[in-house]
Order: sequence, then structure tokens, then C-alpha cells
Amino acid sequence: MNFAVLQFPASNCDQDAIHAVRLLGHSARYVWHKEHSLGDADAVIVPGGFSYGDYLRCGAIARFSPVMQAVKQFAENGGLVLGVCNGFQVLTEAGLLPGALVRNRDLQFHCEHIFLKTVTPDSPFTGKIPPDKLLRVPIAHGEGCYFADAETLAKLRAGNQILWQYCDANGNLTDKANPNGSLRNIAGICNDRRNVAGLMPHPERACELALGSDDGKWIFESLFAALQNKATAKAA
Amino acid sequence: MKVKIIITPKKAVVDPQGKTVQVALEQMGHQGIKAVHVGKYLEIELDGTDREAARKALDEAAHRFLSNPVIEDYRLEIE
Repeated sequence: MNFAVLQFPASNCDQDAIHAVRLLGHSARYVWHKEHSLGDADAVIVPGGFSYGDYLRCGAIARFSPVMQAVKQFAENGGLVLGVCNGFQVLTEAGLLPGALVRNRDLQFHCEHIFLKTVTPDSPFTGKIPPDKLLRVPIAHGEGCYFADAETLAKLRAGNQILWQYCDANGNLTDKANPNGSLRNIAGICNDRRNVAGLMPHPERACELALGSDDGKWIFESLFAALQNKATAKAA
Repeated sequence: MKVKIIITPKKAVVDPQGKTVQVALEQMGHQGIKAVHVGKYLEIELDGTDREAARKALDEAAHRFLSNPVIEDYRLEIE
């Protein structure tokens, strides 16, 4: 499978994303923010970082870049898009995902490993995560507190669009395990069509044991399997 | 012509910056502070004199780009 990994000025997890995809046996290439096409990409990763210096609001400027117009079209055609950290912020700013990410409730930048509970296994981003497996992956953000109004939140819950929630080592959704004050411990969501997802934690930084955890690979394995299913369905 | 845009966090959004500033002000001895909201202020300098056209154009920009309606409110003043 071919992955397109976007590069904005001040993206800094683009190389990690490329490395993770290649390590797991697939191909990936960079797509510069000024490009108007994603080429033959099967899926898109909007990586972490501080696109455009986080000026105005995180993700606010990246949203207007030429490549994001191509991503919108790609998503509209049903293509799979995963936003990580700043990529999640970009996708909410672009209106591809509901809600917004605001300043962490304690105003601190959090750089640590956390646990994720997968609450919706039925998605292209979670399908291969072993049942009941908690994912130990890193976070590194200052503005990762997920906010949405009550109506949006109700829709997310009703549509099983909440994919991951922050939990403790035993899988309990406690306030203490919530690193940034996100509503309902939300760490990641998908859109109602289930082809665009975003999460604040960094699965691409946890795909090999040398980095302390390889739990992040399950998210990529889910994507690979979903793409394979799509390809098989198309061929049939 | 100058357009001033004041962006503030929506009341429903937790504003930890505002809260922290409020506590600091209280620690300095300021009394009776009910709430502090930390936002953004933009000054946009424009050519031309058509205030209504400027208001319309920048109102759209403020809604679509300069603020995020999910978490922020804004108001616009023309000078």
C-alpha cells in the first residue's frame, strides 16, 4: 500500500510516520504542502508537529494549504485519512472532523506514555487491535484537550465515532488518566463516514520495541487490513 | 482604515489561561475579580474607505479563518 505523508513547514513527525509505514512493510512518500495532488496514494497521514508555527491556532493555517484541498477531495471520495497530534488539529480546523483541540487544562506541555482504550473496534483504524488490548503510546502536546459542544458529543457517541479514550494501566477511564482535560477522556475520533480519523497520541512513535512500545503498530495494521479489504472488494 | 478583531474563548470552553491569570491577580491582592478570559486581538490595516464592504469581508474572514466558531467568539470594530 502507498501512504502519502504530508509535510508542512514545521511538521516534525513526518519522518517518524514514513519510518513506521516502511518498517511495517508498506511504502510511503512525502507530499509537500504546496502540492495539489496526492498522486496514487491509498491513504494519507497528516503528521504531528507545529505546522506554520502554530500561528493563529494550531492547524488553522495548514488547513488552507493546496495539499489540504487535495486531502478534502480524497476524503470526500472515501479515501482513508489519519491525523496524528497536529494532524488531528489540522483535520478539525479543516472541518473533516468535528470538535476542536484546546490548551491542556493544566497549561503544561505533556510528553509521556499513556494508555489508550479502544472503544470502537469497528473502524478502518481500529479493526486489527486485539480485543481488550490497551495501547501504551506516547503523547507530546500542549493543546490536546478535546472539546465539542453537547450536541456534537452526543452525535459522536451515538455514531460510535469515539475510537480511543485515555485510561489507566487497568483500562479504567479515570480523570487522573486524562492527561489534558479532554471531554470524556477522548483521545481520538473518526468522522461519521468512518474514513477520516484523528488522535492526539503518536502511534508512529511506538511501532518497535526499541522505542519502548510497539503497540502503535496495531493502528497501522488496522489501516493496512482496511486498505487490503478495499482493494480486494474493488478487484472482485 | 483599521479593523480591530477581538477573539475570546466561548463561555462553554474551559479557559485555563484565564483561570490562571485570575488566580495570579488575586495573589497580587486584586479583589472582586469574577472571571478572566484570555483571547486574541488582531489589528488589520486596510486601503479604502468603504466601511461596510470592509466589515462584510472581514466578518467572513473572522468567521471562517481568524476565529474557530467551535471554541471562540469574536467581535469586530472599525476605526
